[in-house]
Amino acid sequence: MSKKEIDNRFSKFGTISFTATTRINDFIDHLEKGKVMGTRCKKCGHRYFPPRADCFNDLTSDMEWFEVNDAGKLLTFSTLKFAPAGFDKEIPYTIAVLDFGDYKVFGRVDNAIAEDKLSVGMPMKITVNKLPNEHINYLFTTA
Amino acid sequence: MSRVAVIGVGQTKFVRSYPGSIREMVFEAFKEAMGDAQMTVKDIDATIVCSAPEYDKQRSPSGVLAEYLGLNPQPTFYAESLCSSSTTGLRLAYSLVKAGLHETVMIIGFQKMSEISAAESQERMGRGTDIQWEAPFGTMMPAYYAMFARGHMTKYGTTADDLAQVRIKSSTYGVFNDKAMLRKQLSADIFKDPASPMSGILASPLRVGDCCANADGASCIIVAGEKKAKASAKKPVWILGLGSATASVNMAGRELFYSLPAATEAANQAYKMAGVSPKDIDVAEVHDCFTIAEVLAYESLGFAKPGEGPALIRSKETYKEGRIPVNVDGGLLAKGHPVGATGGSQIRTVVLQLRGEAGDMQVKDPALGLVHNVGGVGLYANVSILGRQ
Repeated sequence: MSKKEIDNRFSKFGTISFTATTRINDFIDHLEKGKVMGTRCKKCGHRYFPPRADCFNDLTSDMEWFEVNDAGKLLTFSTLKFAPAGFDKEIPYTIAVLDFGDYKVFGRVDNAIAEDKLSVGMPMKITVNKLPNEHINYLFTTA
Repeated sequence: MSRVAVIGVGQTKFVRSYPGSIREMVFEAFKEAMGDAQMTVKDIDATIVCSAPEYDKQRSPSGVLAEYLGLNPQPTFYAESLCSSSTTGLRLAYSLVKAGLHETVMIIGFQKMSEISAAESQERMGRGTDIQWEAPFGTMMPAYYAMFARGHMTKYGTTADDLAQVRIKSSTYGVFNDKAMLRKQLSADIFKDPASPMSGILASPLRVGDCCANADGASCIIVAGEKKAKASAKKPVWILGLGSATASVNMAGRELFYSLPAATEAANQAYKMAGVSPKDIDVAEVHDCFTIAEVLAYESLGFAKPGEGPALIRSKETYKEGRIPVNVDGGLLAKGHPVGATGGSQIRTVVLQLRGEAGDMQVKDPALGLVHNVGGVGLYANVSILGRQ
């Protein structure tokens, strides 16, 4: 019998992924199709970002995908001038949190936007970003 | 109901790089605490070892330490909650004593961070946050706290100069603390001089000078039940209130970026258990891993109203002679921050203050002290209230 293939799609997420297997690996397929997706519990309707395979409210794993495609509001951000191991070639870069109302998204701001053009409260949208070595993540850009 | 007291405290000097092994470093803190409690190894019924394991090569350090310290065959346990590990140890030790399982329990906190590079250590600290969804973006602890500094600045108009005041206070007391790593008085000029290494941005809006430094060090705290404490300690310091809480690890799960709700919750629990209020506290140790963290602590603990933390440091009310002296041992900013050892060091400082043994750092006649110890970016928070009576 052949060795069972491991679904390690999530190892492509971000510059360095620390996770290979997850039950929401389809997140990567959606990213590759240009969509950033969260999950919604089919029972209570709660929307989760980052997406979860499970809803603790209903103790269910019956979830469906929804697309993060509205504009969010920039809640806070910081530009790193020093990076952890493995990210030093990318500095400076900005991490941020966007508020979409009933959920929030943590991620990186598009490096094309200068730090002095950012201000808390400004609308931003989310976009898929291809990285070297077939890695992929998402970025925040001006709405 | 029988009470629980701290009857012995010790810590190593916190240093950039300890020239020995972890067990040898821990022995120094252990020896000091044992001498302080005037105990021998037979008096210790159990140990709780607290550290953040990702810095260690040794798997399961508690067994190695129990052996080296002569604490076999007594049981030893391992507790971890990032930077708040050793106050988590305090809570567990309190529970063991209250439950009647053990009469005297030792809490050992340690970290030897110098075994890995600063960048590797930042990467490991980043992995104390959400490794599935945040670390792949290249996160590190200063950048997370920087997002809270930005949030506080946006909401309340807090300035970089307000934050610098925290660092200046810290340096003032680091000078007096012979266990501190940084013992030099700093002035506001170091933040204004572009040539100063302290003035450079690390993660905007935080500058290098807003951040504490990694360190090697160990702390050791001995607690005992009321009967044993009264029989063996000249000045037992009673554990009057303990609060402990958590918040979402992923920043997407946080509501606000200008306060740490776990710390506020832990403080409320501790005040309620002790039956006291913020104005009753005479001396406090807070988790100033970054300058903004001390400002957030003032507000979580009720020393200042939300948004009024900067005014409190500016008024110098958190200096030794002020209304509520905070971190008059230099705090993490001057002492350095050996993750697992920090909470124990904070407890030690408050215990020495309450006993009137804090030397040049002594606050006038304190009766009630508070320790605020936070793990991660407000992911874990422990608040402990200690008293002379």
